Amino acid sequence: MSDPDHPSSDVDRNTPAGLAIDVVLFAVGLMMLLPLVFLISNAFKTPPELLAWPPTIIPDRPTLENILGVLHETPLLRWIGNTLIFAGISTASIVSTSAIAGYVLGKFDLPWFPAVFGVIIATSVVPFEVYMIPLYLNVQAAGLLNTLPGLLVGYLVMSFGIFLVRQYVTTSIPDELLEAARVDGAGEGWIFLRIVLPLMRGPLGALAVLAFFQAWTAFAWPLVVTANKDTYTLEVGLALFQTGFTVDIGHLSAAAALALVPSALFFSLMRRNFVRGVAGTGLKE
Amino acid sequence: MRSKPKWLFPVLALLPVLGLYACLRVYPIAETLRLSLFKWNIISRRKPFVGFDNFVELMSDPLFLEAIFNTTIVAFGVLVITIPVGLALAALINSRQGLRRSGFYETSIFLPHVVSLVPAAMAWKWIFDARLGPLNALIGWFGIPAQSWLFDPALSLVCLIVLCSWQSIGYAVLIFLVGLKNVPEALYEAARLDGASSFQAFRYVAIPLLKPVMLYVSVITLISSYNIYAQAFVLASDVQGAPGHLVRVLVLDMLENSFRNYRVGYAAAEAVVLLVIVLVLTGAQFRLFRDRSRA
Repeated sequence: MSDPDHPSSDVDRNTPAGLAIDVVLFAVGLMMLLPLVFLISNAFKTPPELLAWPPTIIPDRPTLENILGVLHETPLLRWIGNTLIFAGISTASIVSTSAIAGYVLGKFDLPWFPAVFGVIIATSVVPFEVYMIPLYLNVQAAGLLNTLPGLLVGYLVMSFGIFLVRQYVTTSIPDELLEAARVDGAGEGWIFLRIVLPLMRGPLGALAVLAFFQAWTAFAWPLVVTANKDTYTLEVGLALFQTGFTVDIGHLSAAAALALVPSALFFSLMRRNFVRGVAGTGLKE
Repeated sequence: MRSKPKWLFPVLALLPVLGLYACLRVYPIAETLRLSLFKWNIISRRKPFVGFDNFVELMSDPLFLEAIFNTTIVAFGVLVITIPVGLALAALINSRQGLRRSGFYETSIFLPHVVSLVPAAMAWKWIFDARLGPLNALIGWFGIPAQSWLFDPALSLVCLIVLCSWQSIGYAVLIFLVGLKNVPEALYEAARLDGASSFQAFRYVAIPLLKPVMLYVSVITLISSYNIYAQAFVLASDVQGAPGHLVRVLVLDMLENSFRNYRVGYAAAEAVVLLVIVLVLTGAQFRLFRDRSRA
């Protein structure tokens, strides 16, 4: 396979030096994966095998005891469900607010729009942890602690999403297209929904994956907002479960593996979208 | 057809988003700044204005100083590992770009950056575990005595740095790869014609061009390390009743002051310190960028 963007790949790649690089990269790749592989493998081990040295990668006598035990001891499936709902709504909100705001800020020029865009970008510099406490007090005052809306409050908008869409709209959607539709008598709402939105599928897909992962891995905010086993997200449930006194490594690994595998699988499926989104964050300045 | 005013659609469409921003971003940020000047314990109706007293008290608060020391060590420790390792890996992967196997390299190195924090931290916690963990067994082979990684104050910092670097390297590699792809091939060709080896070409052609990207990744890495919390939370919490040494990081200290000690104004002052650190780092990045483009 040669990549047209990289003439160097026309050169014979399987030189000794090239293969040496492959060996190094394979070793590094495996080392990066090793902690996760151990975690998943530990989930299937019997207590004696967990103590064995060297640790086995493939369990000698795989057992489902740990997984069944964890599903019995904790509402893990419920936590997964909570997290899916939370991440799903958060993603929907971020994608729709970014789409509309990015489009409007990119294609309409009212005199105060640059200032609005400036404020949106400026807030993205401030880490969430900085304003978490006042946000918590507001959620508390509204009586939304320990509820899904309270949880969502921190994850409804994303400045980077608005930035991404605005960038895309200004560079890739020609004004002539919008003007032509207007001349034909199309309303602004119709133009946005029927012409602009379908054209933004690419960046919105990347943004959706990014938003979903952000919510799926959220920790500090769900930790302070949720207050009991029924409302925990997966990350919070797991973090508090592992502080228990009586749990053993097998059960811990099983719970962690059950939490890990869906996110790893989802990432592998969505890799291109994800890489596109994250690489976009790297190019923003 | 009667025409509606031109500004109607954009303003109506933007309004809900602006409302969300006002309530969920602008107001809480302003409120953090305001609260940092007050002494308030959440419950009490009295909320006296104390000026900069909270900040003055922070400067002699041993727990806060410990937190800021630890967080700084971790942030720069992660930086020192992430940038060179990330750059080297990106260069190696870039040289194998287009081969099918490079997909495996990218995925395996990037995966730790995206998987959920808590299970990943739990995996490392087992590795570091003093009695059961493979790390002690491994160093035992080399005759190094077993260490209590998560209990010793200095070693638990090392553990945190290792865990955070493992997570941040993937991001650095990804951004460096984007940067490397933007280096014009003609420059490499020219270097090669001048007799440069591929290492020299990388060192003298790619690295100078990558400087802005390196700077960007450095700042992102530092900022995200100043915000760590979940990792410290998981590594320090107990396994089988044995609590690890708590690495007090900034966010942890802040949440403890706010939700355990009910010192909201004081915690807000800590948040402001965190904000200042982030702003200084961001500002430094912009400055360096500008200087470079002028030079």
